[in-house]
Amino acid sequence: MRRRELLLATLSLLLAWQLLAWLLRAEVLPGPLAVAQVLGRELLRGLGRHFLVSGWRVVSSITVATLLAVPAGLALGQSKRLDRFFAPLVYILYPVPKIVFLPIILLFLGIGDTSKVFIIFLILFFPILVVVRDQAAALRPELIYSVRSLGAGRRALFRFVYLPAAVPAALTALRVSIGTAVAVLFFAESFATTSGLGYYIIVESWGRLAYPEMYAGVIAMSALGLLLYFVVDRLERRLAPWMFTRDM
Amino acid sequence: MICFSHVTFAYPNQPPVFQDFCWQVEPGEAWAVIGPSGCGKSTLLYLAAGLRQPGAGQVLVAGQPVPRPRASTGLVLQDFGLLPWATVWENAALVMRMGQFYRDKRVPGDSPRPYPRPDITPDQVNRWLARLGIADQRDKYPNQISGGQRQRTAIARSLLQQPNLLLMDEPFSSLDALTREDLQRLTLELRQETGVTTVIVTHNIEEAVYLGQRILALDRAPNREVCTIANPGAGTLDFRGQPAYQQKCTELRAILAARQGMEEK
Repeated sequence: MRRRELLLATLSLLLAWQLLAWLLRAEVLPGPLAVAQVLGRELLRGLGRHFLVSGWRVVSSITVATLLAVPAGLALGQSKRLDRFFAPLVYILYPVPKIVFLPIILLFLGIGDTSKVFIIFLILFFPILVVVRDQAAALRPELIYSVRSLGAGRRALFRFVYLPAAVPAALTALRVSIGTAVAVLFFAESFATTSGLGYYIIVESWGRLAYPEMYAGVIAMSALGLLLYFVVDRLERRLAPWMFTRDM
Repeated sequence: MICFSHVTFAYPNQPPVFQDFCWQVEPGEAWAVIGPSGCGKSTLLYLAAGLRQPGAGQVLVAGQPVPRPRASTGLVLQDFGLLPWATVWENAALVMRMGQFYRDKRVPGDSPRPYPRPDITPDQVNRWLARLGIADQRDKYPNQISGGQRQRTAIARSLLQQPNLLLMDEPFSSLDALTREDLQRLTLELRQETGVTTVIVTHNIEEAVYLGQRILALDRAPNREVCTIANPGAGTLDFRGQPAYQQKCTELRAILAARQGMEEK
């Protein structure tokens, strides 16, 4: 997508918002300009810190999930025996809505960063694991044969075949799950904590009926999700340019 | 160069493909292997490449058993042999990078080094790409080039290993007729330039006669007897135009048909 098209889409969304605000003339829906002013002010007053706290929580969960799920997925994708052993477990755990474990996680890990990082990690881990595993298992035997025939042992196969095949798979899984990750973060931060964008939106603004501040928080959290999405999308194009070429 | 002695091989829960099978390839020879589908042509190649192990008997390449693929055997497959995420240049240079990857690896005893040579240079990669006529495709990905260009890339990569044995499994089957003839001619030229021993598996009678100075005709599994057809005329670029070529094609066709007919009776 071109930059101009993205800009145009953003402008039309803002315009729709403004029109709706004019139409309703309600306190619960301030216009984008008013919210932008509050956003600028609040960013310096504490919203900025909440943004960084939330950002840190998501990014560290992404890092831990990727570092654990990619090797695990590669191992399962390469070894039929290992996969046969773990597949039922993954099959059961993958569709379970991890968010319902939040109360239990809070009991065990407390209300600090760890519990939030852990719940997002849980949510990201399985999609990455499954996509990387399937990608590794789907590599054509011909490809493996011809690389082995060049003299590749296990380590070289991993380095030159399995790893490069896993990177785009992991990024695709990440890109698709990042929205859920931020949504869960919002939920986890909306109670039993004193920092993060969820806390700012629910406890500090919504609870005090401070509507412009609440909207500023919503915008900040949306921006966080968008930013992460853009970064992953960029990485995908950077690290897997061949996926974006057209077939002959 | 290749020595199959009393080889028996079967896939799990299936009747054997080869039984007490003996076959010998001398250094510098050009072989073509032909036979009906499912006769074990590819299996024969995989056994020689060290990708499969015989259940009984022994496979020796250059006098050594092949418990794993050796870097001085080149293998070119029909398709899917290239890394889809690497450009033409990177695919060819894979063997160079792998040589560097294993540079410090020591091999115990006097067994030959199974890893690619550590001394391949980018310059050599460029030269082989140029020799195969794909230098201008170097930055394209496999899905952006034609099937013929993909096979040229695979051949360039194999030859960069400086192999003394080149195994090809139906390398030109999925190409159109003109490209196929073009690459067959190129294969002959490269053989003349490098003197590499070649075994090419094909289901195409004309290809077998054009490229194989000796032709191994396999039968439906299990293969016990070796049926070889001498074809001393092959190996020159203009062989296709000669009467001997037509004669050989007819002869080979008759042999294959007779065997098939015998089975059907």
